[in-house]
Amino acid sequence: MSCQRAQELIHGYVDGELDPANNLEVERHIQECNVCASTYRSQTMLRLSLKDKSLYYPASEKLKKRIQSSVRKEAKSEASPRPAGWRWLTVGASLALILLIGVGTWRILPRVIRPSSDELLAQEVVSNHVRSLLLGGSHLTDVLSSDQHTVKPWFDGKVDFAPQVKDFAGQDFRLYGGRLEYLNNRSVATLIYQRRLHYINLYIWPAEQSGSTGEITLQRQGYNLIHWTSSGMNYWAISDLNNVELHEFARLVQQQ
Amino acid sequence: MQHEKLASFEDAVLPHLDAAHNLARWLTRNDSDADDVVQEAYLRAFKFFGGFHGTDGRSWLLAIVRNTCYTWMQRNRSPQFSIPLDDELEEIESEDLDPEALLQRSADTQMVRRALEELPVEYREVLVLRELEEMSYKEIAGITDLPLGTVMSRLARGRKRLQEALTNHMRAEVLSELPKSTGTDSRLRRW
Repeated sequence: MSCQRAQELIHGYVDGELDPANNLEVERHIQECNVCASTYRSQTMLRLSLKDKSLYYPASEKLKKRIQSSVRKEAKSEASPRPAGWRWLTVGASLALILLIGVGTWRILPRVIRPSSDELLAQEVVSNHVRSLLLGGSHLTDVLSSDQHTVKPWFDGKVDFAPQVKDFAGQDFRLYGGRLEYLNNRSVATLIYQRRLHYINLYIWPAEQSGSTGEITLQRQGYNLIHWTSSGMNYWAISDLNNVELHEFARLVQQQ
Repeated sequence: MQHEKLASFEDAVLPHLDAAHNLARWLTRNDSDADDVVQEAYLRAFKFFGGFHGTDGRSWLLAIVRNTCYTWMQRNRSPQFSIPLDDELEEIESEDLDPEALLQRSADTQMVRRALEELPVEYREVLVLRELEEMSYKEIAGITDLPLGTVMSRLARGRKRLQEALTNHMRAEVLSELPKSTGTDSRLRRW
């Protein structure tokens, strides 16, 4: 084995990660070569100096209790999702009322149901947003570009509609890239914008009905969400950005 | 249902609190930040616990801790969150190291701590996982979402840098002792 090869493998050797054949060869080489033997010794010593117990930071008793209680609290709140429960109750009561009155049931029903389907969608959007940021941002974009003429054509053939793509760098909402997502049981175009260190995910897909609706603002898990429909397209914007600036962003998108 | 989830979460994930804290503390380099990150990571872990089907609760948790740390660093100290490309880093020659001198002074944990803290985060994390948490290359690759080969090369470069930093610290220490010494200190000949 050459010195160069041995030097490449020496870390795998000290870590016990080499296959038996390479392991044996490195071992032989070290016995014969002073330079590599010295590297091996210094690596071993370096590793020894990292084994000192005082370099390890265990959690304090206080933190342990804090975490236990916050996880239990979270478990409780998951077990009794009050807001959603109340909403279902209201929906149930309204439905009963409508049936009793028996007037225009099928016209009114969609409007009554709307909050809960919105609620499900909001949860989906939040999860998707969190997931896009969780993996160190590596899953934030499928196409990374601040050029709208790169991002827009990228969606061709991936979704069955052509989303509007515009960079608002002038207003300090920089186009960061695009991504394909699956939301609301369909493929959805996602644009990512950046403002300072905040990321905004903007989800776009065709609405069932043409026309426009006003903005609806929600807050979930500390994220701000705004959704609206315009020119027959659904838009959902989500970010940890404050509400005022996210509204500013929503207006820019609507004016494009 | 919730009760079951909580119980199995406490079984599979809670025992790895020390590992979670150790990693967070080395990545954030600050006690109270580490505590906050670990708490946030645990809440995330609990939320996503339905997606955990494996047996290795420690690796699963540490991946979440690491991601939470990175999000936190991005939010709080953007200037430090710049990862230089491996290939563009200067090769550090460690040939002139004197292992005997290193051994003599390796008792100085403070120096090791400082040198490790000063390493760029991408080397610090693989070293902490390997040396302090004693994880395999494969486990580290899983946690850091890096290819196995990159884990290996980051460990190698991280160690080289650490060694270089330690040598520099030692050299500085020896030099600072110079005026007081008679000039015949045997340690000096080594440098």
